[in-house]
Amino acid sequence: MDSKKELVVPRIENGTVIDHIPTVALYQVIHILGLEKYQDQVLIGNYLNSMKLGKKGIIKINNKHFTKEEISKIALVAPFATIIDIKDFAVTDKFTTEIPDHVENFVKCANPKCITNSEQIATRFDIVDKVNLKLKCHYCEKFTTKDTLVINEK
Amino acid sequence: MSTLKGRNLISITDFNKEEYIEVLDIAEGFEKTPKQRVLADKVVATLFFEPSTRTRLSFESAANQLGARIIGFSDPGGTSVQKGESLHDTIVMVSSYADLIVMRNPKEGSARYASEVSTVPVINAGDGANQHPTQCMLDLYSIRKTQGTLENLQIACVGDLKYGRTVHSLVQAMCNFNATFHLVSPEELKLPSSVKMSIKNAGLKYYQYTDLRDIIPTADIIYMTRVQRERFPDPLEYERVKDSCILTASMLDGCKHNMKVLHPLPRVNEITMDVDKTPYAYYFQQAQNGVYVRQALMSAILGVK
Repeated sequence: MDSKKELVVPRIENGTVIDHIPTVALYQVIHILGLEKYQDQVLIGNYLNSMKLGKKGIIKINNKHFTKEEISKIALVAPFATIIDIKDFAVTDKFTTEIPDHVENFVKCANPKCITNSEQIATRFDIVDKVNLKLKCHYCEKFTTKDTLVINEK
Repeated sequence: MSTLKGRNLISITDFNKEEYIEVLDIAEGFEKTPKQRVLADKVVATLFFEPSTRTRLSFESAANQLGARIIGFSDPGGTSVQKGESLHDTIVMVSSYADLIVMRNPKEGSARYASEVSTVPVINAGDGANQHPTQCMLDLYSIRKTQGTLENLQIACVGDLKYGRTVHSLVQAMCNFNATFHLVSPEELKLPSSVKMSIKNAGLKYYQYTDLRDIIPTADIIYMTRVQRERFPDPLEYERVKDSCILTASMLDGCKHNMKVLHPLPRVNEITMDVDKTPYAYYFQQAQNGVYVRQALMSAILGVK
């Protein structure tokens, strides 16, 4: 397919492209951004050839630009994904997601006894290990890891 | 005036080394003269969302000796909490009635959250398995009192080092004082790597053992904790290791003269009764020291010391 020099996933006129998503994380990205409910064109490709990753996922979302919080969510499940802003078919901004130092609101604490799981409290975490993804809860001080990570959808 | 005025005490790491020492110095004054009515115009709320004998009585005794009025509850039955009131609303309400809140709550992180919504300082009297900083402060007080210093000591921690929050806090606090740690536990209940990392980050050393006898000649302090049967998925495994962390009087032959045995209490069988009669037993005085330390904390936080 690639040899035909055609785009496997067509271009969008305005919106955002999320490129270089690890294949295992593609559906998680769709879910945490709430794209199942998004009422405009969303183009999705997975297991596409990639120089950088071998195989990758890509999502193109028409007429959508993401907030800082949404980019942080993407970074947690797809670190080093590329975010490309598109306007009139041209790239206006392009950057790689980076795992932030802190996240608020959207990660669920993995400790069932944590106060944030029984009262309506916005969660807060310090990311203490970005390589292995280890988050320390501001409240109960317990760790949430890659294996126990649950991100509240939009 | 203390630099601790208006501060919360939620986690032992909220205070630094100088602040620990400041609290211990103030506590020493209260040990000499316990009845000082410096909080006669203050109201202290003790909110115990789960039962606790020692901690609650210790706080209330401390507040009483300082002349403070005490409001609160010793279990949430019959309060608005039982009607389903959120912790947020309870704390907002109580902080308008009191000058200081002392809270125990089984939910981990509840104390930090309470301190964020309260308009008055909050002292954490235990938030589930997370933190119990006043216990740690009284442990430090007991160590300094019995050893004359907190610096350069050989600290042995024995028993359930995995789940024992008092051990985690003590290790973190003692990392400020150039301690060497001797960690005695069954394999299944070793100190978590995150706490060991605190020791390493402080440039200090720790040694791990499975037999309590190995540390008797070395230790300045033996800090005993309870090994609970329910921590073991396999009951046979519990039976195999349960005696390895029991201290008896005969084992204390050959210990250092200055050595003291501490325990956060309640004990079950991990220290046999014959140890009580030895000059090394210090756990009951340790509990008594809790009153002075809590007097010091309350008066420093309320700005009267």
